[in-house]
Amino acid sequence: MTTPADDATPTHAPYTADRPPLRETPDQLRARIPGWGADLDPADRPSYPRERTDLPRARWNFPERQEQTSPRERSLEHLELTPVFGTAQPLTGVAGAIRRYSYERFSEGRAAHWLLLIAADRVESTAAHWRSLASTRPDDPLTETGVLSEAHRHPVASRRGRVDVRHQPLDVLVVAGPWVAAGLAAAVAVRAVVRRR
Amino acid sequence: MRAMVYRGPYKVRVEEKDEPRVEHPNDAVVRVTCAAICGSDLHLYHGMMPDTRVGHTFGHEFVGVVEQVGPSVENLRVGDRVMVPFNIFCGSCFFCARGLYSNCHNVNPNATAVGGIYGYSHTTGGYDGGQAQYVRVPFADVGPSPVPDWLPDEDAVLMTDALATGYFGAQLADIAEGDTVVVLGAGPVGLFAARSAWLMGAGRVIVVDQLEHRLAKAREFAYAETRSYAEHDDIVVELKKATDGLGADRVIEAVGAEADGNLVQHVTAAKLKLQGGSPVALNWAIDAVRKGGTVSVMGAYGPLFSAVKFGDAMNKGLTIRTNQAPVKRQWPRLLEHVRNGYLTPSDIVTHRFPLEHIAEAYHVMSAKLDGCIKPLVVPA
Repeated sequence: MTTPADDATPTHAPYTADRPPLRETPDQLRARIPGWGADLDPADRPSYPRERTDLPRARWNFPERQEQTSPRERSLEHLELTPVFGTAQPLTGVAGAIRRYSYERFSEGRAAHWLLLIAADRVESTAAHWRSLASTRPDDPLTETGVLSEAHRHPVASRRGRVDVRHQPLDVLVVAGPWVAAGLAAAVAVRAVVRRR
Repeated sequence: MRAMVYRGPYKVRVEEKDEPRVEHPNDAVVRVTCAAICGSDLHLYHGMMPDTRVGHTFGHEFVGVVEQVGPSVENLRVGDRVMVPFNIFCGSCFFCARGLYSNCHNVNPNATAVGGIYGYSHTTGGYDGGQAQYVRVPFADVGPSPVPDWLPDEDAVLMTDALATGYFGAQLADIAEGDTVVVLGAGPVGLFAARSAWLMGAGRVIVVDQLEHRLAKAREFAYAETRSYAEHDDIVVELKKATDGLGADRVIEAVGAEADGNLVQHVTAAKLKLQGGSPVALNWAIDAVRKGGTVSVMGAYGPLFSAVKFGDAMNKGLTIRTNQAPVKRQWPRLLEHVRNGYLTPSDIVTHRFPLEHIAEAYHVMSAKLDGCIKPLVVPA
């Protein structure tokens, strides 16, 4: 005798042991998709197994050391300076001091290390904007953000139906906010000076 | 030389910079003929990666011609056309000796957790990148390889990261014949991972994104079924329904730090920088994979903590496999697949920008305008 519950008993995983049936056979997949199964054997996959010692190596046991012409910050977790390193944008100014402190004081395992580095990034970019105003090429938020390209890049159609439209105004705040805040601060300062006179 | 430079969050421009020089006997200087913007470059552009310095030149996907070589370089000659893996690696440290080229210990003094990467902040070693006319290439005898004559620049440049990473991501998923594979993210890496999953014998491939043009590409280029998370209240439930309640055998997370689909996660991570990355896609992967399944994580995250649902990962007995792709290790087999027509890299290229228009290129990629999937950057 069957009951309604028995009628609803599932016939496959996850409630029974059998896998759901394949929708297409290997032959059908091979006919439809170029190269289907070419790497079916894990031995044909270049990163199998993950660690291999039979791959080509450099001819040196340890590379020559790059010349160090100025102090180079390094992670506390490195026992020594690596033999090769990037020399772009060495530490400088207030942001450089924050970064140096972060590298000398906190390991990679400490949130303070990364938060200080992010803070230094903001200090540096803010200072760079102010410095640029006194240069022959001041920062131009319009050209440097690329927003002028919106007009010929289908701005409305490109955003239709997207969930990220909800928070895209925050992008404007992130970019324009510091400029607006700086402008307001300047206005307040000028007003204060004028009132004192 | 002309080079893209970072000026602060959301701001880039082209400036005149000194040409790079040989700084180590095994360096080369490469004149860039074609570069690309990677989805992970957007994390730098948006100010998410710690120690991204003003003046830094981004770009870890590039091909070019050798312009100078250091005195100890034996494998390359001036004039060689080369593709350069995004990983900078020595070929001799503990990790390189085991094929873990992306984890090299001899090239990044700023951190031990990540190897060296061109143009990817000082957290990956402080090397300027290839969105420029010239770039310094350390360990010229180890990383770069001559581009085969039959391979155009626009295909070769995708070998340097996006294609190799997608292919590697599919390998990390441990796909067996007949497996159902879900790929989260239909950007370049996700598309290549989806296409590669078939090579490893997948029985079904389902790609999830919210952008219709990318989902269309996933159907046409990667032969995949698609789901838009913008059309479903709960994409995890939809994926469970699509897999008969079981969950996918393997999930490849190809989104990373700026994942959308959860307002709180996205805003705290991508806008307020209070997390190393928004783990929305990673959490969906953990929820959508079947118990005992594998999650392959190709999405890039910052070094700070992220709010990951690790309890579910533990309770479900998942295998979570990750790494930056050791690119050069993929090349011999990848070149076979490209030559056989199994993988067609430049099919995903949608835009080409002159270097001088770099700000427009970043904005179009960042705001996902104009059907953009993969933009290339061509120096003058």
